[in-house]
Amino acid sequence: MGVGIEVINLNAWYATNHTLQDINLNIPANHATALIGPSGCGKSTFVRCLNRMHETNPIARVTGTVRIGDLDIYEDAKPVEIRRRVGMVFQRPNPFPTMSIYDNVAAGLKLNGFSNRRALDEIVEKSLKNSALWDEVKDDLKKKSGASLSGGQQQRLCIARALAVDPEVLLMDEPASALDPVSTSKIEDLIFQLKSQYTIVIVTHNMQQAARVAEKTGFFLNGRMVEFDSTHKIFTNPSDKRTEDYITGRFG
Amino acid sequence: MASEYKLRARIRTLVDGAATALSILATLLVIAPLVAIFGYLIYKGASSLNFAFFTQVPKPPGEEGGGMANAIVGSGVLLGLASLIGIPIGIGGGIYLAEFGRGTKLANAVRFTADVLNGVPSIVMGVAVYALIVTPAMPFSALSGGVVLGIMMIPTVCRTTEEMLLMVPHAVREAALGLGVPNWRSVLSITVKTASPGIITGCMLAFARVAGETAPLIFTAFGNAFWSVSLNRPIAALPLQIYVYAISPYDDWHRQAWAGALVLIILIVLAVSLVRFVTSRGVLKGAS
Repeated sequence: MGVGIEVINLNAWYATNHTLQDINLNIPANHATALIGPSGCGKSTFVRCLNRMHETNPIARVTGTVRIGDLDIYEDAKPVEIRRRVGMVFQRPNPFPTMSIYDNVAAGLKLNGFSNRRALDEIVEKSLKNSALWDEVKDDLKKKSGASLSGGQQQRLCIARALAVDPEVLLMDEPASALDPVSTSKIEDLIFQLKSQYTIVIVTHNMQQAARVAEKTGFFLNGRMVEFDSTHKIFTNPSDKRTEDYITGRFG
Repeated sequence: MASEYKLRARIRTLVDGAATALSILATLLVIAPLVAIFGYLIYKGASSLNFAFFTQVPKPPGEEGGGMANAIVGSGVLLGLASLIGIPIGIGGGIYLAEFGRGTKLANAVRFTADVLNGVPSIVMGVAVYALIVTPAMPFSALSGGVVLGIMMIPTVCRTTEEMLLMVPHAVREAALGLGVPNWRSVLSITVKTASPGIITGCMLAFARVAGETAPLIFTAFGNAFWSVSLNRPIAALPLQIYVYAISPYDDWHRQAWAGALVLIILIVLAVSLVRFVTSRGVLKGAS
């Protein structure tokens, strides 16, 4: 089951560049929350702070509090533990090129020392079914490389890979921006199904996409969160002038 | 207008043809020496290859016959030792340079040292190892020969490993870290694995290079006209044996030197092909 996320006074830097300033918000459990905003507004940095990927960059720094469920992720746990509970899907599909489809999905478990083969078989099948890829790959699981799939299939493989470690939260950083419309709609259908089991945070450049998949939407601009509300409210009656300007296409 | 267009199209076709012809010519020039050397070796050496060449040790000077069995096995022992020393240290160093030490002073120093080491003439390497390892208590030996060849493998292996690791896309590393895989595990199981075809090529290059080294062995392995596989005694090696035979006054030894050179090259090609064959099994369809 998913858990809620509470962000208090989050600030982030790349070297001296203050990319995120005083972010406060509550992301509800078992819903999809979309983050929109122009390029460079800090939304990708924000999701990377939610699983402590931000700090894998040596020049990056972060302050503030992020609670995922009951866990203060910057106080109570190590980054690797957080990342097992908070899965991530990246902008460009990034399957492990030398691994089979099966091994790609099993990678998170295998590399953390999990070796029960029967359980692995079950988890791989379940994850691929959850990511709506099973029927397309079930005959080539161990024969084909993850890199041999199409872009859309690769992205669903990456989603399966993230689901296999059984996270509570799924972060998606523009998961469909490198995909064609058919693959995009498959990913969106998937988000719809997955949010009953996981808390989903999705960064997107595509406002229609945010409107289609998310109950809540946050608008980021220049490193600040301008507005956070129900998606319906953001897109029909935003309270901030800048949000209105952005969604009506006056900038960005 | 139409005629000007046609003229331009014709010029383009000509230029294209010329460029293609030049690149084919360049390719031929690259391959020509290899084919010439190999052809000449077969011409000069193949006739001296017989069963005795592979099974007997050298005959005393002046006697006809004998073979290079001890040198073939000796080269195998020396190269095995060298690989045991050079490949793990080289790969370890390359991993450090690319993954853990990036941008640090130590890494820059290591990289610089490796490049300098790569440029040190092989005879200097031989003298250095002679001065450091070969002592009255531990005279000329297979071990010292393996050490010098191993040291000579390190820089090539180290730098190609580094280059190959740096070519692994950042996205692949992020994917592993994003799954909660610890960094060291991600480096060993994901990054190194992804780069392994290139790393293996680097190891093979280094291996093939030292397989033909003669100069550093003069001071270390020394060579041996008799059968020996003991690590603490002088050992025969194909390049040394070829050298000794080639500068001898006997025609039969000259013929055997050619045969030895042919065998050396064939063995290198076989070893490299074998490693390629073994490591290419298990590669999946569509793997990049």
